[in-house]
Amino acid sequence: MTTYREALREGLRDALRRDERVFLMGEDVGAYGGCFGVSLGLLEEFGPDRIRDTPLSESAFVGAGIGAAMAGLRPIVEIMTVNFSLLALDQILNNAASLRHMSGGQLGVPLVIRMTTGAGRQLAAQHSHSLEGWYAHIPGLRIVAPATLADARGMLWPALTDPDPVLLFEHGSLYNLAGEPEADGPVDIDHAAIRRPGTDVTLVTYGGTLGKTLDAAEQLAADGISAEVIDLRTLRPLDDATFIESVRRTHRAVVVDEGWRSGSLSAEISARITEQAFEDLDAPVDRVCSAEVPMPYAKHLEDAALPQPAGIVAAVRKAVNGNG
Amino acid sequence: MAEFRMPSLGADMDEGTVIEWLVQPGDIVGKGDPVAVVDTDKAAIEVETFTAGTIGQILVPVGERVHVGTPLAIIDGTEPKTGRAHPAGQQPGQAVHPPQSEAGTRPPAGADAARGAAPERIKASPYARKLAQTLHVELAAVPATGQRGLITSEDVRRFAGTIPASDHRRTPVTPQTGPAAQSTKAAPQRAPAARHVVEKSQRAAIARLMARSAREIPHYHLSGTVDLATALDWLTRTNRELPVTDRLVPAALLLKATALAAHRHPELNGFWTEHGFQAAGQVHLGVAISLRGGGLVAPALHDAADLPVGEVMAGLRDLVERARSGRLRRTELTDATITVTNLGDQGVESVHGIIYPPQVALVGAGRIVERPWAVDGLLGVRPCQTLTLAADHRATDGFTGGRFLATIEHLLQTPEEL
Repeated sequence: MTTYREALREGLRDALRRDERVFLMGEDVGAYGGCFGVSLGLLEEFGPDRIRDTPLSESAFVGAGIGAAMAGLRPIVEIMTVNFSLLALDQILNNAASLRHMSGGQLGVPLVIRMTTGAGRQLAAQHSHSLEGWYAHIPGLRIVAPATLADARGMLWPALTDPDPVLLFEHGSLYNLAGEPEADGPVDIDHAAIRRPGTDVTLVTYGGTLGKTLDAAEQLAADGISAEVIDLRTLRPLDDATFIESVRRTHRAVVVDEGWRSGSLSAEISARITEQAFEDLDAPVDRVCSAEVPMPYAKHLEDAALPQPAGIVAAVRKAVNGNG
Repeated sequence: MAEFRMPSLGADMDEGTVIEWLVQPGDIVGKGDPVAVVDTDKAAIEVETFTAGTIGQILVPVGERVHVGTPLAIIDGTEPKTGRAHPAGQQPGQAVHPPQSEAGTRPPAGADAARGAAPERIKASPYARKLAQTLHVELAAVPATGQRGLITSEDVRRFAGTIPASDHRRTPVTPQTGPAAQSTKAAPQRAPAARHVVEKSQRAAIARLMARSAREIPHYHLSGTVDLATALDWLTRTNRELPVTDRLVPAALLLKATALAAHRHPELNGFWTEHGFQAAGQVHLGVAISLRGGGLVAPALHDAADLPVGEVMAGLRDLVERARSGRLRRTELTDATITVTNLGDQGVESVHGIIYPPQVALVGAGRIVERPWAVDGLLGVRPCQTLTLAADHRATDGFTGGRFLATIEHLLQTPEEL
């Protein structure tokens, strides 16, 4: 039995042991054990050279990480939440993502940036948004989002071996997720995974909404609707082959994404389905997204703003039956 | 935007007449596609376009003689905005062509409807369109149950008979769905409200299909009255020896005679497609059956020409029963090569029917009535029935139709041989 938090810590420990060029830095990752407890105990195990606390300056320490990566180290930079990462957006977009291209292939940035994303813990608008879709917009980055214990444990090492920057998004509501991981060790970060096979509709999701989507699929199964649930795992580059192939079989698709609907990752997925599988669609591609508001603090309002299983079930019913 | 102009088809040509439009507004044409047939006083010539695009307006109606160089039609370079490209969307006063001129040559094949360029846009999901082509289903006839009136693949399958009408696996009766949520599902045994919706959509489907038939098929109608004395005598004698369940009705003789006649006149037995008339190898006789609560289906009696009369009778009974319980099979709904509609039961004397596209002929039968009738110079009272033929003038002429009706009449005079 392990938790998502522990699985991430195992992944970090494994990477730190495998390669001495690997080090972790970020706000409170050392003595405090990480804002979400992920790096608890690592300072004692690996020492202050490899588990480094940084000042409250996202742009500075992400920039330092980029420099370290270019100089031959393998830094893992932790930014507390995706909202704070915007302070380092200049470093991420203008340096990390661009240098390979701007140097004519001479300079890579083998950097991994970890951060928390998503709502559901009553942390209000400045700590709760799902902006990974913004990063998935940027060429030059790889975006991964572990949704299961096995992925939390196994995505870090393949991310570190990528010669270019990888952003790893951990959904805040998953840290306490507990269970037995299905696999141990490095996982595939190139391909989406079919988490539940089905025949009537394809549900495309990732990260924090995977559990809700699986719950919805369970409810739908009781009604005789067989939903296939696809966990994207990597948001850029999108493994569209997997979900397109699925839609060709089920003829219907609902995208579940905690991001805001307008101009979102779900919009990209929906567009690709229409581009590549138009003639196989039996209903419009539907999307279940967050309400387009800054995330509320009050629990009932936060719940109402987020995609929930009932909303997913309703969208699927509409797609399958032609009515809600 | 480009203009498709009257071409010069010879050094001495300065005027020409469009005698046929091979496209209509909204159609997509490629370079080299024939667009119109032009009469040059010497010959009718198919004229191709050198511009690819979408046919916008047709500027010159069929039959009008214009100078070489006159714009005949507008070709837009862009993809069509379906639903807006048809004639109804044009500016008043600009569309000068009569409706039959642009519709007269449209192939009524399923592919045509699937392309969505038909004058009334059919709303179907992309997958439903693909499936309809595979299953040879006429989308115009399929009742829609999807979002915003969309025909879904399930509707196509249900229509084609590959899933029974009563299969509602996906609408379980749960408190959340309620009666309103189920009302769009087609099933005769549903609550009255649901039934009303089904009838409405079926009515709409019939409306679309028949409107298309009337618009696109140049019908010619023939009728003849047949003396049935011999046939009915034979029927009475035969029935006397049959158990009640196997007894024949006059309609069985008519169906068999029609099937045999269609076999002997293959020009009337088949389909009008974009490649012209295509004869069907076999006679699959469509039998128009009115449904309880309204509506009509015309399922096929397969290989009717090869069946003994007794089996035609059994097949007819079986079709009527299954049509009314909604359990027809896909092939029965799509295979008919020629259709018979018998309104004799309703007391009408003759039926001048509308052909069920893409078929090219429809036989109508009226009531059997006793008439004063002259045979061999003597007047007697004989049971007579008026048979009519509605046929597609593109496929045949009245001469062929007349011979076909005469063959039916002739066959009915020797019922024992049917």
